[in-house]
Amino acid sequence: MPFTSTKSAFWAGVRDSAPFVLVAGPFALLFGVLATEAGLNVAEVLAFSVVVIAGAAQFTALQLMLEEAPKLIVIVSALAVNLRVAMYSASLTPYLGQAPFWQRAFMAYLIVDQSYALSQAKFDTDASMTLPQRVAYFFATCVLIMPAWFLGSYLGAALGTALPPSFPLDFALPIAFLSIIGPMLRTLPHLIAAFVGIVVSLLAAGMPYSLGLIVAGMAGMMAGAQAELWLKGKTS
Amino acid sequence: MIADSTLWIVIIALGLGSYLLRISFLVFVGGRPMPEWLLRHLRYTAVAILPALIAPLVVYAGEDGGVDPARILAALLTVAVGYFTRNTLLAIVVGAMALFGGIYLFG
Repeated sequence: MPFTSTKSAFWAGVRDSAPFVLVAGPFALLFGVLATEAGLNVAEVLAFSVVVIAGAAQFTALQLMLEEAPKLIVIVSALAVNLRVAMYSASLTPYLGQAPFWQRAFMAYLIVDQSYALSQAKFDTDASMTLPQRVAYFFATCVLIMPAWFLGSYLGAALGTALPPSFPLDFALPIAFLSIIGPMLRTLPHLIAAFVGIVVSLLAAGMPYSLGLIVAGMAGMMAGAQAELWLKGKTS
Repeated sequence: MIADSTLWIVIIALGLGSYLLRISFLVFVGGRPMPEWLLRHLRYTAVAILPALIAPLVVYAGEDGGVDPARILAALLTVAVGYFTRNTLLAIVVGAMALFGGIYLFG
């Protein structure tokens, strides 16, 4: 059903994003707890979440800093994990590229998995939306999720040290990541990319400066891209 | 423990870098197309690098870098539930339960 006003587009965005609060909130909580365990104070945890807003990249950086990897490796690895936001930026450009500069600059800050996924799906199915309606919808998807992200990080940081020491917290991070990886494995090339990434990283775990992660990531990407080409060649 | 200087350099560099990634196309590239080979590799970035990051934490999780059956079981179940149900939250809950159950069973 086409929107009659910018306002109705805005409220649709808020409504559609509501269930994602249940994903972002606990995930942020977990980051707050783990970062506190690693020695960060509440202000540092919040700064991390507000400045970077990228769950997976934040966990990556935290893990590598704990392993005492060099700064450059920490930054490059976390940015590599976050590289997908550049893809999101590219894919939103046909819909939002005509918006005023300040709006685009602000929207860019808010590009995360949830805002991207919701907006892309909406813009793709409803071609009648005007530019102001699209912009309103995009911002609206962040109205609940961003506060949930910041509040979750804060609560995790505030409560983190209250957990008993025998709690198997070391494994919270792998479980959080694995829960995102499962749904990402959509096609055979995705599975192949993940499999190659895992095998290479296990073999290269001894490499200095955590370089094994970069090598494994690149090997997985090449394997996925090759598998895609190969499958296409077979079907056409 | 993480040094303060390292932490703030990483936070600021990651914030700037992530913002550049986010703003890249929306502001600088506009409607111009990217080469297909690059897009093809970018499609598999997250799915290659995230499992690569986690695999050593799962497989070498036991004492002295050995294997811990409880953690391997929890990891496999988390991926399986996420893969088949596409439900992140459910995967976390099942994974956590498997971890606690596994620790209880295997010691």
